[in-house]
Amino acid sequence: MSTTLSAASAKPRHKRVLPGFGLSLGSSLFFISLILLLPMTGLVMQTANMGWSEYWYVITDERVVASYKVTIWAAVIASVFNGLFGLLLAWVLVRYEFPGKRILDALVDLPFALPTAVAGITLATLYAENGWYGQLLAELGIKVAYTPLGIVVAMSFTSIPFVVRTVQPVLEELAPEEEEAGITLGASDWSVFRRIILPSLWPALVTGVALSFTRSLGEFGAVIFVAGNMPYISEITSLMIFVRLQEFDFPAASAIASVVLIASLLLLFAINIWQARYLKRLHGR
Amino acid sequence: MASGQRHQQRVGDRPAVKYTLIGLTLVLTAVLLVVPLISIFQQAFVDGLAVYWDSLGDPDTLHAIGLTMFVALLTVPINLVFGVLLAWSVTRFEFPGRKLLMTLMDIPFAVSPVVAGLLYLLLYGNNGWIGAWLFEHDLQLMFAWPGIVMVTVFVTCPFVARELIPLMQQQGREDEEAAVILGASGWQLFRRVTLPNIKWALLYGVILTNARAVGEFGAVSVVSGNIRGETNTLPLHIQLLYEDYQATAAFASASLLAVIALITLIFKAFIEWRQERAHKAESTH
Repeated sequence: MSTTLSAASAKPRHKRVLPGFGLSLGSSLFFISLILLLPMTGLVMQTANMGWSEYWYVITDERVVASYKVTIWAAVIASVFNGLFGLLLAWVLVRYEFPGKRILDALVDLPFALPTAVAGITLATLYAENGWYGQLLAELGIKVAYTPLGIVVAMSFTSIPFVVRTVQPVLEELAPEEEEAGITLGASDWSVFRRIILPSLWPALVTGVALSFTRSLGEFGAVIFVAGNMPYISEITSLMIFVRLQEFDFPAASAIASVVLIASLLLLFAINIWQARYLKRLHGR
Repeated sequence: MASGQRHQQRVGDRPAVKYTLIGLTLVLTAVLLVVPLISIFQQAFVDGLAVYWDSLGDPDTLHAIGLTMFVALLTVPINLVFGVLLAWSVTRFEFPGRKLLMTLMDIPFAVSPVVAGLLYLLLYGNNGWIGAWLFEHDLQLMFAWPGIVMVTVFVTCPFVARELIPLMQQQGREDEEAAVILGASGWQLFRRVTLPNIKWALLYGVILTNARAVGEFGAVSVVSGNIRGETNTLPLHIQLLYEDYQATAAFASASLLAVIALITLIFKAFIEWRQERAHKAESTH
């Protein structure tokens, strides 16, 4: 027994003890190539067939540019709102005990589990002028459904969980010592929160907001039902791709899609690099 | 333990602050999540139970339900196997490009579902380089159920791996390495050592994959062709009914998907409760 153990531990570190390296990595790479990478070749070929000037013309078309603007703005507002709401939710879930807490915790994930089309028709019905919320808001003179504001509402709804789920674990692991020291020295809650707690939370908060932003940029199902989809006003970029497809204008659809794809891949890589960095800092090299 | 601490030691523990924050959170959650959820069922049953059953019994609706179940039935096992293999390779071995592989896995999260659908349409549609070949051999993938399955696999492929990776990383390799040293074969090792440790996370990954698979809208709507009674999945059918001013019927179908979402949430809460209990049992030992 002791000989086998020492023989095993004497093996050089890089020697793999566990089986299945070739099988698991090989099939993962095969699957990712087949499912994720191969389909991209179609887009590359389609856009490569276009001349540069034609490509530029399609992606800077006035109506398409208007869709970039409304998509980005709505996503910015939605993710900032979710940053605040998510931080509040995470705080309340981690710091306090109250009846119904487990239900609240479970409900946070509703937007992930609920199909986007269901969310879309529900929000459209609620915020329509004769809907539960729409009636109240109409009295204040606010129109949400079928306006850009509807896009913000739909995007916020579908990305609520991101900030909560990134901030929650960090908040749970936060050591109480510094905080207690601050309080004992007579600092106010707010200044301890701002000077001691927020600096430890903000990398996670930024990650959550960035994830929420990325998701909002790509959101389609929930948005199209509430947005009204008026050209130049409340048309999101994903819908522009869809519109071009329905016109059988494949090159234009591909060109716009390539812009969206490049933007979301850049965001994804940026988020992952950012996360790796702050995790390293957090867990000490 | 932690609950026995003195007063006002931590930020936000004063009752005024605490109850304001809890109250604010509950109000916002009610407005943003609970009321929308309830309104789905209210809208579905607004004309009574008989109308509800009638709209679910419609042949097109039944066909959409059947197709959706069929798609989920094919998608879930594929992503289950892939998710386990991927999680095994990235948590049990070190290799160059490991981080990149994990980032690639996140692409479906970041990419707009419309873009995902377009990628498949461009490659496997009649104009794509694979599609043209398929066309010559009389194989139609797009605007038919295989296309729907393919994009659903794409959109839902990260979920199982995403649930498994953090857990498997946290559990480490020691148990498995010990089993190998004691002479366990690869399959025995997985079934007897790994699987019991990850079974709940795995099951949740499967349930989440299922929830997303039955609810996928954007990607499916690009490749389905929306042929009523043929290639309409449940979310597409909901859109069709809703835009056809059959809101009650749309919400009746939506209520089915909402129930699946609720089951997913309840299951997640159950797993977290179990984990917490196991954690407590461990720490009292």
